[in-house]
Amino acid sequence: MTRRQRRLILIGSSLGVLVLATVLVLSALKDSIVFFNSPSDVVEKHVVGTRIRLGGLVKPGTVQRGQQLMVRFEVTDGNSAIPVSYQGVLPDLFREGQGVIAEGALEQSGVFKADSVLAKHDEKYMPREVADSLKKQGHWKDDYEKKK
Amino acid sequence: MIAEIGHYALVLALGVALIQSVAPMLGAARSDPVLMGVAGPTALAQFALVAMAFAALTACYVSSDFSVANVFENSHSAMPLVYKFTSVWGNHEGSMLLWVLILALFGALVAAFGGNLPATLKANVLAVQSWIASAFYLFILATSNPFLRLPEAPFEGRDLNPILQDIGLAVHPPLLYLGYVGCSISFSFAIAALIEGRIDAAWARWVRPWTLAAWMALTLGIAMGSYWAYYELGWGGFWFWDPVENASLMPWLAVTALLHSAVVMEKRNALKVWTILLAILAFSLSLIGTFLVRSGVLTSVHTFASDPTRGVFILAILILFIGGGLALYAWRAPSLKQGGLFAPISREGALVFNNLFLTAACSSVFIGTLYPLALEALTGEKISVGAPFFNLTFGPLFIPLLLAVPFGPLLGWKRGDLYGAAQRLIGAAGGAIVVIAVVFAVLHGGPVLAPFGIGLAVFAMAGAVTDLAERAGVGRVAPSVALARARGLPRSAFGTAIAHFGLGVSLLGIVCASTWGDERIVSVKPQETVSLRSYDLTFEGLIDRQGPNYRELLARFTVRHGGEVIGSMEPSKRSFASRQSSTTEAALMSRGFSQLYLSLGDSNPDGSIAVRLYHKPLVLLIWLGAVVMVVGGLLSLSDRRLRVGAPRPAAKSAMQPAE
Repeated sequence: MTRRQRRLILIGSSLGVLVLATVLVLSALKDSIVFFNSPSDVVEKHVVGTRIRLGGLVKPGTVQRGQQLMVRFEVTDGNSAIPVSYQGVLPDLFREGQGVIAEGALEQSGVFKADSVLAKHDEKYMPREVADSLKKQGHWKDDYEKKK
Repeated sequence: MIAEIGHYALVLALGVALIQSVAPMLGAARSDPVLMGVAGPTALAQFALVAMAFAALTACYVSSDFSVANVFENSHSAMPLVYKFTSVWGNHEGSMLLWVLILALFGALVAAFGGNLPATLKANVLAVQSWIASAFYLFILATSNPFLRLPEAPFEGRDLNPILQDIGLAVHPPLLYLGYVGCSISFSFAIAALIEGRIDAAWARWVRPWTLAAWMALTLGIAMGSYWAYYELGWGGFWFWDPVENASLMPWLAVTALLHSAVVMEKRNALKVWTILLAILAFSLSLIGTFLVRSGVLTSVHTFASDPTRGVFILAILILFIGGGLALYAWRAPSLKQGGLFAPISREGALVFNNLFLTAACSSVFIGTLYPLALEALTGEKISVGAPFFNLTFGPLFIPLLLAVPFGPLLGWKRGDLYGAAQRLIGAAGGAIVVIAVVFAVLHGGPVLAPFGIGLAVFAMAGAVTDLAERAGVGRVAPSVALARARGLPRSAFGTAIAHFGLGVSLLGIVCASTWGDERIVSVKPQETVSLRSYDLTFEGLIDRQGPNYRELLARFTVRHGGEVIGSMEPSKRSFASRQSSTTEAALMSRGFSQLYLSLGDSNPDGSIAVRLYHKPLVLLIWLGAVVMVVGGLLSLSDRRLRVGAPRPAAKSAMQPAE
């Protein structure tokens, strides 16, 4: 095998792996990313069935616990509120009036069916996306920001 | 007073570092031994000063001196002593101080044990090391000073984030930082080589032990972090593809690639330019990892902006070192003498294959981690890139790598015999196929990919054994001869085989725990029983008790297996008054390598409590595999120390980091 051929094989296989990686990344980006929405976004778009993340505050007084760990609560950003249903154990930091992110899809009935609920463990106990959308809606409480 | 001493020591360290950044390099350029000689003492002095600063901060924490802002923010007088120590680095400022402490330690080690390095190389390496140090001292002093006092000393501290009050988190950051900072050594060597315009196999020999040490620390650090997330976060996952985790995985992938390409460079004097690039990239990813996690850029573009000085400083450091390193590379690399080419089917070829796939996997993680950031900055659209993305990209890129692992060590240098290697691996492949068939037969359907995953793991493990057996000549010579030969094998051969074996062990754990794990999420009343996989857990009742700085609600369960009592599990929920937050402490029960995992949810007014019960088959193998990999690394490292009669043994032994 000549030097030239060896070099060609090396370059060719590198390109091959690169192309493979690019194809994988692009196809995965198309199919497996999840968009973040605030309750106002959801009301505005009202897309049924698409998997999204819904973030906001748990509206005080709306948490209802049913049989077999069924939970219903409303997520609000101050302007709109979306009812959420979830079956399972809620995270430690889930509390009324606190920030929460629910992942799932909106059903025809207008209820957001969540299959996971996150109350993120960051230093401020407030998911960043939630803080941003609250700021946008003008309902940001300044005391959250004191820390940093 | 103590805080001021620490602050002062840090300022002095910056001064010393600035001298060390300039003098030795000038000396190297002018071949002035006096100027070059400055580097050694200054590196040692830097370490002494930073150690003093770190000790001062630790003293402030241990004595709960709340007049220091950093201590007030992150400590509490009632906290157990061990967490007072660990909260030193449980916050941004303190962790940056730990970072420079490790950096100074590595610099001092190069100075102390690098006696056999060529004088100019040593001077340049220490100077580059000191550039990094200076930038970090400046960063700490200007934007993240842990020694700032409060005008009025508060009576009580705000407590450490409860989730960080855990022994796993005590060990995790120092290990990760050892790994990150360890990469700075290979970076400094790479930059020094580019400055000198000279690089040879000896360079790789000097760099490899450091890279290996960094790799071991990273491996352990990542495993530790993963185990912590598993038992502390309460939902039994061991890897979430969270940006913070990815930030540590990327340097690991790059260092793993570097480790393998440095072998080619050392043994065959090839892949030089590529190895230099990998050294730069590995440290760049470590820097990105440190900052993304610490500054909160990843979880928040806006935290970044909320402290503009810090954000701008971080960006400047990243641009300076990553951009500067790559620019120097682009400028000087073409002038480096190219190494030889080699046949595609050879040990070198296999190592290139490893490098290609590792770097491709690394870039897919990079894109998945940073794409949401970029998209948000450009369009304002918020997305989350989660596990599905990484399963679709990282998975397919890692599988060929795992398939190739057993082939690599069996191929000869220069020109390998793929057919011969395949023949020798027939046993391993046969074993894997039998295992796949058995798993299929036992399961009657079920997940299709999982049995293949197990087969792949078995192939990697059996391949590692085959490698050693082949080297010892098992089956070809008498057993006693083979045993003697095995004893005579270099430790690095054992190191390679054991590390590859560990990879298989981890894979086996990952596949089994994520495919055949079982869970029950139910609400139980006292004396009710939850059953899962022939385990019966009876809820005995709740106990309320007071911990040192929290209240704890503890649930006691009696565990029976086939009717026989095998123990009890006591998961709890702790609430920390000072931060108005709570943590879930899961209860774990190991059965062989499998685990029962029980964590608490909310308690209801009627006396029942929600629980999650998981059965995680072979889950412990995930972390055990990482430990096995590190044992392989240790063996390989010790080989280099003990090998006598090899060219420049003194230089090699001198380069061992003292652990």
